[in-house]
Amino acid sequence: MHDLKTITALGGSEPRTDTFPHITISENDGLALASVAARLGSEDECNKHMQDLLGAVPAPGQAVLGEPESGFWMGPDQWMIEAPKETHELLADDLKDRFTGCASVTEQSGAWVCFDLVGAGMEDVTERLCAVPIRKMQTLEARRTIIHQLGCFVIRHTGADHLRVIGPRASAGTLHHALMTAAESTA
Amino acid sequence: MIIEHPLLGPRDAAEFTYLGDARLIDRPDWQSETAAHDFFEYGYLRDNPAGWHQELWFHEAGDRSWLVITRNTVTHEISKVELARDVARSRGRSK
Repeated sequence: MHDLKTITALGGSEPRTDTFPHITISENDGLALASVAARLGSEDECNKHMQDLLGAVPAPGQAVLGEPESGFWMGPDQWMIEAPKETHELLADDLKDRFTGCASVTEQSGAWVCFDLVGAGMEDVTERLCAVPIRKMQTLEARRTIIHQLGCFVIRHTGADHLRVIGPRASAGTLHHALMTAAESTA
Repeated sequence: MIIEHPLLGPRDAAEFTYLGDARLIDRPDWQSETAAHDFFEYGYLRDNPAGWHQELWFHEAGDRSWLVITRNTVTHEISKVELARDVARSRGRSK
């Protein structure tokens, strides 16, 4: 048996945290992700399962926090579901059983890296990163946008100054560099 | 140019990618007697109007939906924005 150790998206054995006086950028290695896309003709049934799962179906541009699963809207009849990796490593399989053929479920944990930006400078940093109107965004609004040429999701989380950035895992280093540059330039 | 996305509201045109004439939705019947000719026209022939034009745009940096946008090619005025799937379904596609 090989003695293998997992590494985080940035390549460390522990998730990386960078602390500035005005913002903390932390790599969040604890998320399991799966996408759910309603199949043609099964949209109503899929919505019902989504309602059961999260308590509400995320509307366009919105996220819903549930316990333990949360989710956000990605496109018409498409959502991303998040859950703690510790307890939901097989999230996609669980969702597949739950949605029983009315939706296509795809494992996404290995495709994305998640960074949490928390601090009083979050809005300043976000303004330098992407073209979302961060000061107008309400809690639990989620948008897809471009950061440093990378297609990313940004979600304004609960707590006034918490932004979650979900970007392509294969470019985690590039995305982290962009976040650090924006943080340094607003310090 | 600002595009009024039917689900997400006003978005900058830089978030979108342009494909072209929305008649691409109307794929010819491959079993028709004139299929070869129809597909030649479908594949290669486009009108190039100076004025109102229905075209396909992809919201690449957004929700990645396809839109049918009615745009005036002379003034860039946009009169109508619809989800392409709604347009396709209203024409009897993807029942």
